[in-house]
Amino acid sequence: MRRHLTPAMNLLEVRGVSKRYGAVVALRSASLTVAPAEVHALLGANGAGKSTLVKILTGVIRPDAGTIEMGGRPVHLTSPASAPGAGLAAVFQDPSLVPDLTVRQNLRLTGADSAAVRRWLAAMDLRVDEDDLVGDLPLPLLRMLDLARALAREPRLLILDEITAALPADLVERVFLVIRQWREHGRSVLFISHRLVEVRTICDRATVLRDGADVGTLTLAERTEQHIVALMLGPMATSDDAPCPVGPDTGPQPEAAAPDRASAASEARLLLEARGLAMSGALRGVSFSLRAGEILGIAALEGQGQDALFDCLAGNRRADAGEIRVAGRVLAPRSPYDAIRAGVVLVPADRAHALLPQRSARENIALPLYNRATRWGLIDLRGEGTRAGAAIARLAIDTRAQRQVRRMSGGNQQKVVVARWVAAGFRVVLCFDPTRGIDVGTKRQIHRLLRDLAGAGAAVLLFTSELPEIALVCDRVLALYEGRIVHELPAQAADEATLLRLVHGLVREEPVG
Amino acid sequence: MTPSPAATDRPDTGALRPRPAVRWSAARRSLADRPALTLAGILVLLLAATDAVSPGFVTPHQLSTTLLYAAPLGALAAGQTLAMLTGGIDLSVSATATAAAYLIAGLGAQGTPRALAVALALGLVVGMTNGIGIGIFRVQPLIMTLGMAGVLGGALTLASLTFTNGVPVVPDAVHELGSGTVLGYLPLNTLVWAPLAVVLLVGLARSGLGRAIYAVGDNPLACRLAGVRVWQVLLVTYVLGGVLSAIAGILLVGYTNAADLNLATPYLLQSVAAVVIGGTSILGGSGGYAGTILGALILTVLDSLLTILNVSQAGKQMLYGAIVLGLAWIYARTALVE
Repeated sequence: MRRHLTPAMNLLEVRGVSKRYGAVVALRSASLTVAPAEVHALLGANGAGKSTLVKILTGVIRPDAGTIEMGGRPVHLTSPASAPGAGLAAVFQDPSLVPDLTVRQNLRLTGADSAAVRRWLAAMDLRVDEDDLVGDLPLPLLRMLDLARALAREPRLLILDEITAALPADLVERVFLVIRQWREHGRSVLFISHRLVEVRTICDRATVLRDGADVGTLTLAERTEQHIVALMLGPMATSDDAPCPVGPDTGPQPEAAAPDRASAASEARLLLEARGLAMSGALRGVSFSLRAGEILGIAALEGQGQDALFDCLAGNRRADAGEIRVAGRVLAPRSPYDAIRAGVVLVPADRAHALLPQRSARENIALPLYNRATRWGLIDLRGEGTRAGAAIARLAIDTRAQRQVRRMSGGNQQKVVVARWVAAGFRVVLCFDPTRGIDVGTKRQIHRLLRDLAGAGAAVLLFTSELPEIALVCDRVLALYEGRIVHELPAQAADEATLLRLVHGLVREEPVG
Repeated sequence: MTPSPAATDRPDTGALRPRPAVRWSAARRSLADRPALTLAGILVLLLAATDAVSPGFVTPHQLSTTLLYAAPLGALAAGQTLAMLTGGIDLSVSATATAAAYLIAGLGAQGTPRALAVALALGLVVGMTNGIGIGIFRVQPLIMTLGMAGVLGGALTLASLTFTNGVPVVPDAVHELGSGTVLGYLPLNTLVWAPLAVVLLVGLARSGLGRAIYAVGDNPLACRLAGVRVWQVLLVTYVLGGVLSAIAGILLVGYTNAADLNLATPYLLQSVAAVVIGGTSILGGSGGYAGTILGALILTVLDSLLTILNVSQAGKQMLYGAIVLGLAWIYARTALVE
């Protein structure tokens, strides 16, 4: 329906844009066109160059080469402040609001038209008290506020970078509603998401990036998900577990947890027990147990106490009440050091909380080895190299940018965080949304790794914001709602519809309407 | 950076091969990637310039004097390097050095070993106090060490009143250590500095503590979550800084052969300048002592050059301040571009 548009009528035209960091090429040569009144998806595996291209389009970084035109006129984005002038506005996964100011003050700070922001919030059926401190509002609401603020600028092109990541389903619907209205008014959207289902629901066309270059632009209605995934992954899609060309987001789940594993695990020894864990406002008496070889999923909407639960198990915050036992022994960690010594390790939600951005992959992996004064002597470099090397090989980490992990792609960075614990050894690993914002290929590798680790006798506690992941990876699942475990069920029974009901606190079976 | 014609006109030489970059950014990158090489080049240039202004500067005798001047600064800047690698700063280095120098002169009459032991113990206590404040009570390093410098300065002023009752004497051995040479040209204080430098260089690169120091400077939260006890690392860092400052004070008083209240004061700015010139990030997490050594040598030669050119102490101060600000600006820009 939009195919009749000639290139001359394009709203955004990016041609041959490239960006290099030192010896690492982030973007080789990317071209992209967005038509007026189009919702255009930007797709690509981690490290394909999506983030770099978005940063260039929002003026955060400047390209080494290439041109950008808006409505036929070349634009030179010299800083993020210059993007609105060119008709571009972006919303990112992490809202750019000052937590210590109220909503009203934040809007004034950026010179936003607060009447327009209010109109957009109303259009999304959201109520925000403008005198509330931003820091007191839940993350999903802040992201919606950020969206309203961007819309109020009336940009010609709205850039949405992973806006739906970890967003509850009802809010995703409202985002889509606004996008559709936006399109009807003749405006365009550049939509970046790892969730192919969403991309197919809302977008008209998609441009796929691979290895820093665009490898194709396709009209989504004409292509299957397999097509898109194959294009994203390139030749490697067929070499790596061939029977599964579909992302875990989408269709059949060929590697779903083997039914006999759960029963085998029930005889294995208890590795982690929580009894009545409570933390003011966040946790109201959480009890569960986790056996060796088991992957226990936690399903919850944003802000139901999962952060507090993981933090107190990992020793990052102290519980007000309750008891943690690791392999039968009481653990009352005063810091993560105590938890790690007991064998309980954390893969935090935010990679920025786990990595040393300026140091090498190897140093990042070896970090837990130097946690005690008694280990501050000379390093056994060969031993460290062997350990780190084995972990790098096991996780298939792309080592091209290993001299500084900040130059690595998001998926590879996540692998480095996991590799750290693979190298150091552990009994229980707490994974907080380890696949958030990661491409399908890396996601599958992480799923497989978690199952391998469980197979080798470890216990895994996994919180994920993507519900289909639970049936795919876990043995058992706990639904957490308002700081309590409201239900427990085996993973085989945890289809998305059931889980959705549970995470909304609807425990009893209700007729699906 | 704006797209450079030089970069775009050349044929693409291959998918992943880096393209020839703009010259300016290449220079900056080489400064970031191989600071030691760049700094050594600057040092040679400065020596050549000084030799041109004052022919006969590059002689064994003059080079020996340069090393002699550089050693106290090198030791002082060592503590500063450690603090800055963890993302902090130590503004008490010069006050600690002056206090150590005072103790040497004041207690010299009671025996050299005793004076040395007390001076080093002072460095240890000052460093430990800083470390406890910063590591355990989470006081900002800038505030903690500034306060410590104030306390030490005041205490010294009081102490100087009592010292005038006796006769402050720098022990001969300390004087010899701070100004003598062996084998004709090799300064004795270099023989103190060199092993310290080797221990620091090897320690930072190859020890668990060295790794932890870089890691804490890069991301303290990540360290905490990985089980590193950040407070211990900070405590040890500032203790080392205090002891190194005391050593610097001993070398300094040995050279001047007399302690005064402002003995090491000019070295505070220089210690920061040496670290920053050496390429250690002001934000912590990257850099190292090799750069600082070269930074200290560069500053020392520059100081000679300025002296030959008849630049006053005030003029030098201004220049060193400007160097720190200029480099901070360049590093901030580099970080922004990345």
